[in-house]
Amino acid sequence: MEDQKQIEAFEAKIASGVKIEPKDWMPEAYRKQLIRMMSQHAHSEIVGMLPEGNWITRAPSLRRKAILLAKVQDEAGHGLYLYSATETLGIDRTELLEQLHTGKAKYSSIFNYPTLTWADIGAIGWLVDGAAIMNQTALARGSYGPYSRAMVRICKEESFHNRQGYEIMMHLAQGTPEQKAMAQDALNRWWWPAIMMLGPSDDQSPNSDQLMRWKVKMESNDAIRQRFIDRTVPQADFIGLSLPDKDLKFDETTGHYTHGPINWDEFFEVIKGNGPCNAKRLKARSDADKKGRWVRDAALAYAEKKKLKAA
Amino acid sequence: MSQDSQWPVWEVFVQANPGIPHKHVGNVHATDAEMAIQNARDVYTRRSEGISIWVVPANAISASSPEDQGSFFEPSNDKPYRHPTFYKIPEGVKYL
Repeated sequence: MEDQKQIEAFEAKIASGVKIEPKDWMPEAYRKQLIRMMSQHAHSEIVGMLPEGNWITRAPSLRRKAILLAKVQDEAGHGLYLYSATETLGIDRTELLEQLHTGKAKYSSIFNYPTLTWADIGAIGWLVDGAAIMNQTALARGSYGPYSRAMVRICKEESFHNRQGYEIMMHLAQGTPEQKAMAQDALNRWWWPAIMMLGPSDDQSPNSDQLMRWKVKMESNDAIRQRFIDRTVPQADFIGLSLPDKDLKFDETTGHYTHGPINWDEFFEVIKGNGPCNAKRLKARSDADKKGRWVRDAALAYAEKKKLKAA
Repeated sequence: MSQDSQWPVWEVFVQANPGIPHKHVGNVHATDAEMAIQNARDVYTRRSEGISIWVVPANAISASSPEDQGSFFEPSNDKPYRHPTFYKIPEGVKYL
């Protein structure tokens, strides 16, 4: 049984804006929730490398290729910041990866969709990274020190991702009719998954009160989603692309866009593992881990041999 | 077969500009110091964030414990005379 006084002191600290650090006392539920969220976030970063990595060898120019390589490398870096921040909660990276490979841990639903054309790379940077930024700027204000610091770093880097994606879409939209159609097609396929990746609607999202009080969650999914839509719709208008939602309209009285119904059945199916690419993504991660094992072993053996020689 | 290794953890400190202290930025996994420095460069300085990197084996760092924070740092609380504001100097006295 956790001491009520400890919990009160912990909550008072958070309420006054003090960050919780790894060795500070924290309720078990806080630790567990953070491990779940942060590892899910870390997994999303490295699984997210797969759909984009798919286009590195086929990028349309050297400029685009260099940019895409740098972006995918950033995602690997984000994964590392996040695994390292998660490890401060007393869990090992080996265990975290095992949870990913066995399907015990989840990653963002969005990465289970395929990247069919080059325009998908534009749509991902613009929409997926755009949505992620909305979520991550909120999380940067969270109460757990290592997570919040990782978020600050990541947000700085995401802004390049977001802009390069929009630039790809803009060039395609200004190109030949075929190029514009390709951009529109990518937007049609990625819009709804991007909206959904911000998580279930507030009425379906349990535990939110406590998580908000503990500043593990900073804003509700619906609030973040609304901000994403409000900012993105004018960006689409500007480059002459239309959003695949016939109910989307600006509400003068609230100053926000209202949107059509979200297909949550699709979202939950993808989360459950039945999206178009779930099996493929997991296999790619798990193969990379298995095939890389001898490299890790050999590098460690080599370092030990060098140490012995030096002694 | 031995247990899968993610390699030992190294804490990373980066100096952003000449003349200022190295600051802790996070950690990396690496087999030895040389690899830790290379990994730290790739993970923490992709956008010219630093001019110098230190890496330290994580298990070589000892830290004060947060539970003792109060009593541990308390001795400095009752020594206000260590601060210049403790001393009253008449107005008009300059350069002091």
